Amino acid sequence: MSGFLGDWHALAVLVIAGFLPNEVWRMLGLWLGGGVDEGSELLVWVRAVATAILAGVIAQILIAPPGALASVPDWLRYAAVAAGFAGFVAARRSIFTGVVCGELLMLAGKWWLG
Amino acid sequence: MRSVASTVLTLVLFATYLGIGALAHDTHFSLGWVLASTLLVWAGPAQIILISTLGSGATVVQTAIAVTVSAIRLFPMVVSVLPMMHTPRTKRRHLVLAAHFIAVTLWVECFRLLPQVPRERRIAFTHGLGAGLCLVCLIATTIGYGLAANLPQLFAAAILLLTPLAFLLSTARNCRQLSDVLALVLGLALFPLAATLHSGVDILISGVSAGTIAYGVHWWRS
Repeated sequence: MSGFLGDWHALAVLVIAGFLPNEVWRMLGLWLGGGVDEGSELLVWVRAVATAILAGVIAQILIAPPGALASVPDWLRYAAVAAGFAGFVAARRSIFTGVVCGELLMLAGKWWLG
Repeated sequence: MRSVASTVLTLVLFATYLGIGALAHDTHFSLGWVLASTLLVWAGPAQIILISTLGSGATVVQTAIAVTVSAIRLFPMVVSVLPMMHTPRTKRRHLVLAAHFIAVTLWVECFRLLPQVPRERRIAFTHGLGAGLCLVCLIATTIGYGLAANLPQLFAAAILLLTPLAFLLSTARNCRQLSDVLALVLGLALFPLAATLHSGVDILISGVSAGTIAYGVHWWRS
């Protein structure tokens, strides 16, 4: 792939394999969700489903990790997320503290494993 | 712009896009291509899937399917956020750009920040927040692309761990009702079960069932 943007073929792949399959859900949401009332029960359900799908994405990354994360053993990945959550709760819902706790446990575990 | 600077999630996004830039370099995509993907796709997991799937030699169709399954979550996110920006004079076309900017970070931040913004200014606020975050990510993608060859594997693993940690904690912080908490816990618990089906849409199955159970409990209690 040459040039700054690559050739037209590479860009076509980006649009067909990346942009369109992703964007279609946003535009569907815009199209179908336009008239929904903010306080409605339907939105409580929709938000629950969005949260649960996101939870599925999180679980998928932990169970079948991409790239370099696969070099971290299963138990250490789960322990790191548990430590992150514990730090988050202990620091009265601080995302920053939670993320730092989780990352530190993972790094310490990797260092300890050598 | 102050909201862009004030959130830890910006830091997490920055690191995530460092990782995406590095991944794109390692799989031999051009810098312009990966920048265009940040601008057009604007969803971390979808871009990681796009780049790693194409990089592993899969066809365009296989890649498009993998990306679209991961992107289904955007639909309920857009449906639940846009009513917060709606005014009686809002036309659908006014919301197109705001809808494009919706991804996990903006979804979470809209629920946190929009209630403090006057209703008629919420679309403009979302545009500013989205464009600011997007700019941060474009810079991070460029830096990550440049650094790629020098990133140790441990650092790359730490960056990839950021996504599940930040997604989990930011969603947990935004849980407003029992149904949100239940949806998060059940969504985590049901995915491993749904994954045994190997249906290709496992996330959709576990997400819709966990979300519906959570809503059912909410409905039954009220």
